[in-house]
Amino acid sequence: MANPDPTVAERVERPAEPPPTGEPAPPLTFEVKNLSIWYGEKRAISDATLDVASNAVTAIIGPSGCGKSTFIRCLNRMHELVPKTRIEGSVLLHGEDLYSNIVDPAIVRRRVGMVFQKSNPFPTMSIGENVVIGLRLNGVRNQKFLNERLEKSLRMSALWDEVKDDLHKPGTSLSGGQQQRLCIARALAVQPEVLLMDEPCSALDPIATAKIEELIYELKTQYTIVTVTHNMQQAGRISDYTAFFYLGRLIEFGPTTKIFTNPSERQTEDYITGRFG
Amino acid sequence: MTTLSRRADNHHWRKIKNALASTATFVSAVLVIAPLGLVFFHLLVNGASSVNWAFFTQLPKPVGEPGGGMVNAIAGSLELLALASIIGIPIGMLGGVYLAEYGTARVSWLLRFVADVLNGVPSITWGVVVYGLVVLRFKGFSAYAGGLALGLIMIPLILRTTEEVILLVPNGYREAALALGVARWKTIVHIVMKTASKGIITGILLALARVGGETAPLLFTAFGNRFWNHSLSQPIAALPLQIFTYAISPYDDWHRQAWAGALVLVTGIFCVNVMVRIVTRGRTASVV
Repeated sequence: MANPDPTVAERVERPAEPPPTGEPAPPLTFEVKNLSIWYGEKRAISDATLDVASNAVTAIIGPSGCGKSTFIRCLNRMHELVPKTRIEGSVLLHGEDLYSNIVDPAIVRRRVGMVFQKSNPFPTMSIGENVVIGLRLNGVRNQKFLNERLEKSLRMSALWDEVKDDLHKPGTSLSGGQQQRLCIARALAVQPEVLLMDEPCSALDPIATAKIEELIYELKTQYTIVTVTHNMQQAGRISDYTAFFYLGRLIEFGPTTKIFTNPSERQTEDYITGRFG
Repeated sequence: MTTLSRRADNHHWRKIKNALASTATFVSAVLVIAPLGLVFFHLLVNGASSVNWAFFTQLPKPVGEPGGGMVNAIAGSLELLALASIIGIPIGMLGGVYLAEYGTARVSWLLRFVADVLNGVPSITWGVVVYGLVVLRFKGFSAYAGGLALGLIMIPLILRTTEEVILLVPNGYREAALALGVARWKTIVHIVMKTASKGIITGILLALARVGGETAPLLFTAFGNRFWNHSLSQPIAALPLQIFTYAISPYDDWHRQAWAGALVLVTGIFCVNVMVRIVTRGRTASVV
């Protein structure tokens, strides 16, 4: 057991990089190091290294098939639902390796929640049941606690005022935008530290999109948010950091203002200005 | 003019062909419905007069004595269906869940193939198999043996319908539950099976309706009984068996009772199918 966990050793030996602006480095939620992911023979992510800052919004952009969704899914091990996946490198959540043998993916997902592209409230459940189902199935029985979490989660997802009198109605009776906010409430109810969002607005109209964006802006005071988006303007509006993926490679990563105004890579500039993708 | 008139001829011929085709489909549709109408008509004509209070409350009378009923056979059928459900529902359902949720491609293919073959096995074969396995070994016909034979028929039926309706549940619901940190088996039980519950219940009811009318597998297993069954390890009466016995008998009174039994059986199966319709209508929120 000379070197039980190479990732820890690497972390210790990493030279302290002075932040370019001279400000102190922000606290990190995820540290992704040399991450490669295979689906069978196909390599979806090649050697990506990036840090996700806490209480900030990190946007993942790139053309279709570039590995955006794979990348975000590997942050809570959801990509493992596809058979025959293989991973190299490491993903640390507050310094703990998510892919260590002793880690239970279910526990990872309780700490790292996820919202999907297509809103998917459970069709057999009411609005209220949808919000607390995560807690219920994770063993919480205390009705008072469940009620508190129900209201808190719906307030956080800016849905409480719209549904507080209709909690018994089916979750699927809501409009598309409301359903997506219901899914956000459902994810928040289990009190995760991180919220992953896989194109949360791509199926919504502009007004519903604006509401979700506003919500993301408010949620980042309490949560670390990583979002995939196809929409360049959206990435510019809501994110603090932006990562640009192309063909499974992380081309560029940095503060959103820099990526959008002064990218270092030619490919990033081409993509952002709409020359391809 | 010539071209126009020829086209008119064509048009005429086309109209005839069209009429022929729609008539053929209509006649076929009528032929599909007709047997059900005929069966019901015949059962009503021959059986309705014998379906009375005594039929549902009395035991069969000895030969020559008029009257009597089939209460023991009706109760026996229900007991056999209950026994069959104990075997068929859990195994069929869990097997279907395995196929849809866990099975690897090769194992699933094999299991599905076997289930389809089993669904095609003539039901009397099940009777013979259970006769060899249970009746001979325990030296006697019994309700257990009959229930087992019916349960074995139910397994592949329920397995396939459960698999199909579980596969209809969109993957988004599984992902949503797993992303909440819910364990896989809880996701399957509380989210996937709950979403597919109407379809699963439909499959179970249809399987019950199917085996409820089976006669052949009971001939060598439940055997039939003219009296009350007091122990499940003894032979037991069943409605289809009783109909069979009475129908091949030489007595007019028994023939009438057989018609009545058939009417009751068909009505029962009809009711189960109506229940299926009601279940599948139910809540609109569910997808399956």
